[in-house]
Amino acid sequence: MDHFARLGLPAALDLEPASLDRAYFALQRQWHPDRFVAKPAAERARASAEAAALNDAYRTLKDPLSRAVYLAELKGVEMPGDGKTIDDPELLMEAMEAREELHDAGSTQAVDALAAKVRADMKASLSGLGSLFLAGDKPAIRKALLRLRYLDKFAEEARARRMNLERSTA
Amino acid sequence: MTLLEIHEPGETPLPHAGEGSLAVGIDLGTTNSVVAIAREGKPAALHDETGKAMVPSVVAYPSSGGVLVGDEARLLMPQEPRNVVASVKRLMGRGAADLHAVAGVLPYEIEPGSGETDMVKLRIAGKARSPVEISAEILKALRKRAEEALDKPVERAVITVPAYFDDAARTATRDAARVAGLEVLRLVNEPTAAALAYGLDKGSEGLYAVYDLGGGTFDFSLLRLEKGVFQVLATGGDTALGGDDFDRAIAERMLAERKKDGLDDQVDEAAVKAALALARHMKEQLSDRDQTSGRLELSGVPSFHALTRAEFDAMIASYIKRTVDIARHVLGDADMTAAEVQGVVLVGGSTRVPLVRAEVAKMLGKAPLTDIDPDEVVALGAALQAEALTGGGDTLLLDVTPLSLGLETMGGIVEKVVPRNTPIPVQLAQDFTTYQDGQTAMVIHVVQGEREMVADCRSLARFELLGIPPMTAGAARIRVSFAVDADGLLTVSAEERTTGVQQRIEVKPSYGLSHDDMADMLYDSLENAEADMTARLLTEAKVEARRSLLALDAALAKDGALLDGSERAELDQGRARLEAAMAGEARDEINAAAEALETLSKPFAERRMDRGIREALAGKSVNELESRVGE
Ligand SMILES: Nc1ncnc2c1ncn2[C@@H]1O[C@H](COP(=O)(O)OP(=O)(O)OP(=O)(O)O)[C@@H](O)[C@H]1O
Ligand SMILES: [Mg+2]
Repeated sequence: MDHFARLGLPAALDLEPASLDRAYFALQRQWHPDRFVAKPAAERARASAEAAALNDAYRTLKDPLSRAVYLAELKGVEMPGDGKTIDDPELLMEAMEAREELHDAGSTQAVDALAAKVRADMKASLSGLGSLFLAGDKPAIRKALLRLRYLDKFAEEARARRMNLERSTA
Repeated sequence: MTLLEIHEPGETPLPHAGEGSLAVGIDLGTTNSVVAIAREGKPAALHDETGKAMVPSVVAYPSSGGVLVGDEARLLMPQEPRNVVASVKRLMGRGAADLHAVAGVLPYEIEPGSGETDMVKLRIAGKARSPVEISAEILKALRKRAEEALDKPVERAVITVPAYFDDAARTATRDAARVAGLEVLRLVNEPTAAALAYGLDKGSEGLYAVYDLGGGTFDFSLLRLEKGVFQVLATGGDTALGGDDFDRAIAERMLAERKKDGLDDQVDEAAVKAALALARHMKEQLSDRDQTSGRLELSGVPSFHALTRAEFDAMIASYIKRTVDIARHVLGDADMTAAEVQGVVLVGGSTRVPLVRAEVAKMLGKAPLTDIDPDEVVALGAALQAEALTGGGDTLLLDVTPLSLGLETMGGIVEKVVPRNTPIPVQLAQDFTTYQDGQTAMVIHVVQGEREMVADCRSLARFELLGIPPMTAGAARIRVSFAVDADGLLTVSAEERTTGVQQRIEVKPSYGLSHDDMADMLYDSLENAEADMTARLLTEAKVEARRSLLALDAALAKDGALLDGSERAELDQGRARLEAAMAGEARDEINAAAEALETLSKPFAERRMDRGIREALAGKSVNELESRVGE
């Protein structure tokens, strides 16, 4: 059963966070191990497996990027597994330059500015995904998702850099 | 008793205790413990005859025999200091390798367990006792208190643990309960329990933070409360940060003052204990007044020490800053801002320190909630959960893993399988592969922590998957599954999947613990993220280079005859250059040497390919070939 079906939701890129939560909470109320404390071992094991599958589904669908990657894979787009590989030379160049910029950013303000740029960039490309999915353009979807993955990772690195700057100036 | 237990997944060792018995909530603290009961959604802490809910987490084994717990045990401290144990929670699940982290803090003789991975024992009153046994005495006393207060047998309990407790400490806590004759309905994280007490009491909704600073541990959690659902979004902390650190700072200052005054103290165990006790007293007084003073007498020589609130604040500022940094980090993990937090709940005795309250208020921009007694709030939440688990009830607690879980891969790099803050229960798997041709065994090394390199994480378990059918490197598919149950306990299994040969091993993590402290690991992860990335890239380059050397050696062994003497010499030189680069730390050099070797070996690779094709075609008629081409 795919993650969307498990939560009783349509397999779509756009998902209202509130409706995801609602579906997830309702099913966890039914399956969470806390509901099975006094039940026989076999029933407890089943509930635990169900609850784990629900958690996996929720976690995957909650974040817009991981949801998009998951949906793309459902639709037959092949993504590199580890999320680290960049096989697009253009993106590789971009990534190297951005990393350099981050490295040179000497103040939290400078890092914040970079992070804000990346966030805006992510938002724009996430909303651009819809039309790519609609057109079923697999290579374009793959390219866009790889770039989003890289941006996501960059945002995380910016966070680490910021923390370091904060600590060293304190 | 054995701590390394392997039982069927989903099987609880104890059958369910009689439904007639009551289920209580227990806060098993480092400094103090509390037991509480909830009926129809109303929790209450159980008091002794004098009206006290807190039981000091102190156990004494008097030379006259028997066991004392709580205030009685503490009273024995001056006469028989070596027979009294306090703060045993710090040793729960700790192995021999962890010892130096706590050595010096604890005035007991400590014996390592029989193996490197066993929990330590304390030698008290001539007998080696494990932290599990000692904690069980506290639990027995709490159970007795509950049975007397309720006049009914008590056989089941929800016990709280710091959110940041690792797997070993959680298992040890469960075992202690079993020794005390209590079935653990669930281990609940302390901050989550606190939120439960607040949320149910106030019917609150929205985003709440719990800031818990006790004697020895700090936890910070973010939860979303919504119509009876308590969803933990992120959690973080430090298992070695708390009021004890404040005491130490004051004690050190007093000892330094004596030295400055020309007193030549013998700073032994007794002196440290006396200074710490006075320090704690002065610290607690400073919560209600601006200045205090104390008299310290060591070896009959007295000295007087004054301390103002402002001085104290300056001494502890760095500890509090650390808690604030961790809290910010947790907010970032949940992708939330301070402004979005609706309320912050204070838990733990050390949150009475005015500077702590001020800094928390400053960070979150709102006054903390303190209307439930911070000493009791955790036990009250545990009691509510105990009632919900036994009597039904509509609340739902959704908790998360505090630390990432992963495996060691080539070169000591950590591959994360379960990221921190993943909702539990969880079951996640990842495929790994072999590194060498014909490899038939694989070491599965399970680690916990946020850093990129194994050496910086905590080692939980190590086992070997045997019987992998020999294949070329990279062909095998070893699936390693991590399962974390609702108590936060981990089970790991591994199997080889390409051949249908099912090799399955279930492993409960052992207690072979690295010296690193978990909290430091999380905290360090941000501080070191950049350096880690460099280290990771270097290691990856080395692993990649070693892989191509292995492949080249295999090819040379098989088809070396395709090369003439000078070609071979050139290749060997290139090979040596790469090995030399690999011995160093320069990633660029390794990559350059690897690329050079690749260029050098290109003609060799082409000749091998040609020969392979010729061999494949040998003996086939032209016709056959043509029909093949046409296929
Ligand atoms: N009025 C006070 N002012 C300052 N500190 C206090 C005060 N009262 C208690 N403390 C400190 O609180 C600490 C104990 O807190 P608490 O009872 O919450 O810890 P615990 O739950 O046993 O420990 P942990 O949560 O770390 O396992 C001690 O360091 C004690 O000195
Ligand atoms: Mg506590």
